[in-house]
Amino acid sequence: MMKLESLIEKALFLSASFSALIVFLITFFLIREGVPALSLNFLTGLEWRPGQEFFGTLPTIIGTLWVVIGAVFIALLIGVPTSIYLSEFAPFWVRNIIKSSVEVIVGIPSVVIGFFGLMILVPFIRNTIGGRGESILAGWIVLAIMILPNLISLTEDSLRAVPKSYREASLALGATQWQTITKVIVPAASSGIRAAIVLGVGRAIGETMAVLMVIGNPETPWIPTSILDMTRTLTSTIAIEFSYAEWGSPHQHALFAIGVVLFLLVTALNFVATFVIRRNKN
Amino acid sequence: MNPVSREKIMKRLLLIAVALSLIILPVILIWVGYNGSGIISIEFLTSRPRLFEYGGIYPQIMGSVYLVSLCTLFGAPLGIASAIYLAEYAPDNRITQSVRFFTETLAGMPSIVIGLFGLEFLVFYLQLKTSLLAGAISLSFMMLPWTIRASEEAIKTVPQEYRAASLALGATKWQTIVNVVIPAAMPGILTGVLLGVGKAVGETAVVWLTAGSGLEAFVPRSLSSPTGSLPMYIYLLATQAHTVEGVQRAYGASLVLLIMFLGVSVSALMARNYYLRRLGN
Amino acid sequence: MSYQINEELLRFRPKMAQDKVIFNDFNLWYGEKHALIDINIAVKSNIVTAFMGPSGCGKSSLLRGINRMNDIIPVARSTGEVLIDGKNIMGSGINVYDLRKRVGMVFQRPNPFPMSIYDNIAYAPLLHDVAEEEELDKIVENSLRGAALWDEVKDRLDDSAFSLSGGQQQRLCIARALSINPDIILMDEPCSALDPIATIKIEALMRELKEKYTVVLVTHNLQQAARVSEMTAFMYIGEIIEFGATRDIFENPREELTEKYITGRFG
Repeated sequence: MMKLESLIEKALFLSASFSALIVFLITFFLIREGVPALSLNFLTGLEWRPGQEFFGTLPTIIGTLWVVIGAVFIALLIGVPTSIYLSEFAPFWVRNIIKSSVEVIVGIPSVVIGFFGLMILVPFIRNTIGGRGESILAGWIVLAIMILPNLISLTEDSLRAVPKSYREASLALGATQWQTITKVIVPAASSGIRAAIVLGVGRAIGETMAVLMVIGNPETPWIPTSILDMTRTLTSTIAIEFSYAEWGSPHQHALFAIGVVLFLLVTALNFVATFVIRRNKN
Repeated sequence: MNPVSREKIMKRLLLIAVALSLIILPVILIWVGYNGSGIISIEFLTSRPRLFEYGGIYPQIMGSVYLVSLCTLFGAPLGIASAIYLAEYAPDNRITQSVRFFTETLAGMPSIVIGLFGLEFLVFYLQLKTSLLAGAISLSFMMLPWTIRASEEAIKTVPQEYRAASLALGATKWQTIVNVVIPAAMPGILTGVLLGVGKAVGETAVVWLTAGSGLEAFVPRSLSSPTGSLPMYIYLLATQAHTVEGVQRAYGASLVLLIMFLGVSVSALMARNYYLRRLGN
Repeated sequence: MSYQINEELLRFRPKMAQDKVIFNDFNLWYGEKHALIDINIAVKSNIVTAFMGPSGCGKSSLLRGINRMNDIIPVARSTGEVLIDGKNIMGSGINVYDLRKRVGMVFQRPNPFPMSIYDNIAYAPLLHDVAEEEELDKIVENSLRGAALWDEVKDRLDDSAFSLSGGQQQRLCIARALSINPDIILMDEPCSALDPIATIKIEALMRELKEKYTVVLVTHNLQQAARVSEMTAFMYIGEIIEFGATRDIFENPREELTEKYITGRFG
């Protein structure tokens, strides 16, 4: 019986290491395919013309940054106040309704949100503001919708984790609720909020479908100069071009190199976020 | 401006933000429902696409069903087994910490990167070709961390007292886990698995790179044939349909996809309640 | 360490003369902490033996030494022998699962499984393949009778265990321990989470149980020890200060510490 028990334990350990195995394999294969294309020119080159073997990703990288930073900003603008409301003001039942409503958004497939963006946001932008409609601005909104639920959830958790005694002390000193929130509670929750932001950025960088459908993906991307410009992201480039990149060609390697960049970026961001959370716990 | 009036203004601004958060879900649901319900019919659900933009979405529905079912077959047992190890056996040492670290890393991996990996490793290296199998396995990579997280959480919540009682009755550790701990953790485990299923149903980037371009107009005949799926079809219709009918079908497919997702969530809730009742709570 | 046995008791209970559980130079550590120091006592069969003492004296650890439940604590290690019916259960060849089939345990707070009353009792017999499905009903009934719970639950065996009151749940746990016919029943402060009426019922049950089983009881309630046990060990910071017939301990303690504890002059 003891032998069976230790056998079972070993088998379970193997299962648990499977995730580690996958990550190793991903790292290995990605790097194997992508490294041949990685070079300084890859990261700083301005021209992406696969047909002529130009693989400069700078416009794409900057496009990604534009889209991500704007989206995170919008998500914060809506999400932080919502979290504050949920944590400090909302009665129990209201909180439940709002939380459920926001959390279900996570379940909406990104294609559907992209479809929504394509059919509603893009024409709206085209008609009321200008440009092609497919734009960084559309990307902002669509991406903000996608990262909002996680942001709200994490931020609200951080706010709720602030001890009640802080609130009581501040109020007892004559501060209003709003002053207490801005001067005491939010600062106390700041590391959790920072972690939420970092994770949000990570998610935004990695998001593919919704963004892909609304940002235009011009054939030869340029460095964007306005929010109405069309652009590409790292993720959308891979998705659009993989089907006509010949296997083994420099084009294919370049796409994998983009994958490596994504992988490193997102993993680094997650690492930072976890580090921030862990430091806060101590 | 004195603090009291500032407080009032700020509260109003808060409520505006809350309203914005609240309207997102209903707007999207109503938009899909309104536009998509017109085309839903038995014929739509059971026939094949014609000329890409006409016809029904039966192969895509079945493609999604097969992909997700297969993916769960791979991912759920593996995820639960990993969770059991992490919750019940893993000593508090560096190896365990690394295992957790990698699980978390996998959780944060962008779907397109997993798609690339699936493409390289499964489709080409292992010669699985663009296929149902490659797609399902790749999807299971995505599902794995979520299942592990939720299951581990559920197992850890089972009170220590149950384990002590079982051990004191002469049961072994594994017998205790199988007969007492897992049944008690079932609500949480099921929720975790079904959460993963919900995510897999709507996942596009991964299946795009590994399972099929979406132009497949037939139900996959075997594990090695390429397959379409609802999300892929929606994407194609949304971006390339030239006709009103085509766009309508995109709405219809979106509605069906949402209903499938809803169905999964509701089953999750029902299964959860069933187990909660059986546990006598 | 020596102790006296009440000669009267011996006359009426000839079975009692047997040593059921013997601790020989038993020591237990939790990491660096020396939790049990040089324990040398013998628990007699078919009586109730009480371990009592202030918090942290090691009485629960000593109890758990009898069914090796200390094994599940990673930092615990021990030296010395624990003999049950003359055989050392700390030996290397011992199957700890068989041991726990012979030694039943009831915990401080009732801990029924989240299953029906019937399934709770049937759990161990099914696990150890002790009985066929048909005999299971009989085992469940006998166990519940043995715990004085049968009449109260016989019409609702399929109800959840949690539908019972606290006192009933604890008796259910006792029934569950009885289901595989142990020789020894260990009770770790079984009444501490219960109301006085439930406590009285369980104490009455203890007096019945000792007819067929050896009962070892850990309690922090002096009066309970005095009421139900034939022999009592008084422990303090890991050591047995005094061990003997309950009557002697309470009416004529030999150690000063014992006397202080009994008269309540402990901090």
